[in-house]
Amino acid sequence: MSAVHKLAPRAASRADGLAHQRIATAVMIAFFALAPLVAYPVFLMKVMCFALFACAFNLLIGYGGLLSFGHAMFLGTAGYASAHAAKVWGFPPEFAILFGTACSALLGLVTGLLAIRRQGIYFAMITLALAQMVYFFYLQAPFTGGEDGIQAVPRGKLFGVLELDGVWAMYSLVFAVFVGGFLLIHRTVHSPFGQVLKAIRENEPRALSLGYDVNRYKLLAYVLSATLAGLAGATKVLVFELASLTDVHWTMSGEVVLMVLLGGLGTVFGPVVGALIIISMENYLAQIGSWVTVVQGVIFVICVLTFRRGVIGELGRLIRKPL
Amino acid sequence: MEVFGIPTQALFGQLLIGLINGSFYALLSLGLAVIFGLLNIINFTHGAQYMMGAFCAYFLLTKLGIGYWWALVIAPLAVGFVGMVIERLMLARLYKLDHLYGLLLTFGLALIIQGLFRNEYGTSGIPYPLPQELSGGRNLGFMFLPNYRAWVILASIVVCLATWFAIEKTRLGAYLRAATENPELVQAFGINVPRMITLTYGFGVALAAFAGVMAAPIYQVNPLMGADLIIVVFAVVVIGGMGSIMGSIVTGFALGLIEGLTKVFYPEASNTVIFIIMAIVLMIKPAGLFGTQR
Repeated sequence: MSAVHKLAPRAASRADGLAHQRIATAVMIAFFALAPLVAYPVFLMKVMCFALFACAFNLLIGYGGLLSFGHAMFLGTAGYASAHAAKVWGFPPEFAILFGTACSALLGLVTGLLAIRRQGIYFAMITLALAQMVYFFYLQAPFTGGEDGIQAVPRGKLFGVLELDGVWAMYSLVFAVFVGGFLLIHRTVHSPFGQVLKAIRENEPRALSLGYDVNRYKLLAYVLSATLAGLAGATKVLVFELASLTDVHWTMSGEVVLMVLLGGLGTVFGPVVGALIIISMENYLAQIGSWVTVVQGVIFVICVLTFRRGVIGELGRLIRKPL
Repeated sequence: MEVFGIPTQALFGQLLIGLINGSFYALLSLGLAVIFGLLNIINFTHGAQYMMGAFCAYFLLTKLGIGYWWALVIAPLAVGFVGMVIERLMLARLYKLDHLYGLLLTFGLALIIQGLFRNEYGTSGIPYPLPQELSGGRNLGFMFLPNYRAWVILASIVVCLATWFAIEKTRLGAYLRAATENPELVQAFGINVPRMITLTYGFGVALAAFAGVMAAPIYQVNPLMGADLIIVVFAVVVIGGMGSIMGSIVTGFALGLIEGLTKVFYPEASNTVIFIIMAIVLMIKPAGLFGTQR
């Protein structure tokens, strides 16, 4: 079993020191703080939402060794829940986001209890099937508006004072959510909890024999990942003022896998770079519409066959430091 | 006549549709199980290959004037051959890596194939005519049975049982089962295991294409006809467990029937019932009904 090449490359040991990662984090934060001066802010907000989504997914695969093929259900659930809360119940944005995130966390708990009963390929198939069930639920449920989705979701006033209708106020909120989520994941990975997760990924029977309740750790990682994916989904809905079926469809689950694979599985910054590349690509390829799927498929194949470390993984190998 | 307040016509009609769906679940999950047994790969391209089978039949008819019966032979061979090329060129490079890479690769291939067909033929679906010999139907007294549907059920049962027989009862099947258990040892006995892997993948893909040709007159030929179907088949595979060939056949037909019954008694849940059963099975017997945990 140990001879099998693991899907995610070994993460850095703590002794490596984190100085270069701190620098890279600072560069990334500075990038997203300054980029709206030159780039279209709505595009950047989309990138940040998907980057957080991808980071949440990466927490599960990169540190838990669990490949979820159904993460769209968390993105979409939080989206629908917060859109409904903001539009129908009139929640202020901060509570709408919290409510949506909580719904995804709950869904993560329920589906996690089922999915972590199997590993590897089965885990991927089960999460995909559960997500498809959730998709059909939203397709039929009356409050989601079916194919139309929930449109014209009000952004409202943050904490009752800050109007989010302006692009800069919204950008600041998305920026804060993204950086907060990113740092939380960073903290989790380097905590004792994260170390146990890595131990389970490397050798589950051994972790079990050392007395760790393996399934509880996996479930916790799964729920945390679902929660952060939900946070991304709820924020995204406020940005676009729209919750739709696209966010719960399996193509979205595939897209986040692609982002993380392209950026680098199990790397800290890979998901962010992967999201940036994929979202930019979709923006530029928008004119040729349906070819996007084909291009995504080609990137999948190339990544799996020749580029398994991803952009950041290769970069990290070049400078001989884990990124 | 009524059963539980449901007209028997409607009940048996839905049961028939359930059996038809079950035939396709059984053929597709059987192909997945055969491939998984030897390659340890979940073939995400399976749905796309099912669609390619249907399109192959459509091309044969419109471009070459070759009808349904020959398509039933040629399409599985052609699509199976394409599958073997994919296995040699791509999948063969991944056997030493984590099995999840196989899943990711075949997912990418499915996106490419479905995307290309969709760009060319849209998503509206192209009708494929019923073979003349099987048009019409017969009245069984309690329901009307179209001949073609009876043929689909019969043919898929025969193909499934023949596959089961070939794997469980013949010498070739014994090699296959031995290679599933321990490929190195089988290779040491002088059997060309890599070639066997290629042929097995080709056979599993051919089963999907065969199902595709049979589906063409019923569901029309549509670039996305396999995209959602494959997810249901994954759930079927999880429910049955992939340890047993007979298990995947039985589970396929049974779930088709259950889905048909759900359409009669509680139509709102007919899309989700298989996933709900999957959740229940995972709670009671995580390895699947016929599976062994490994």
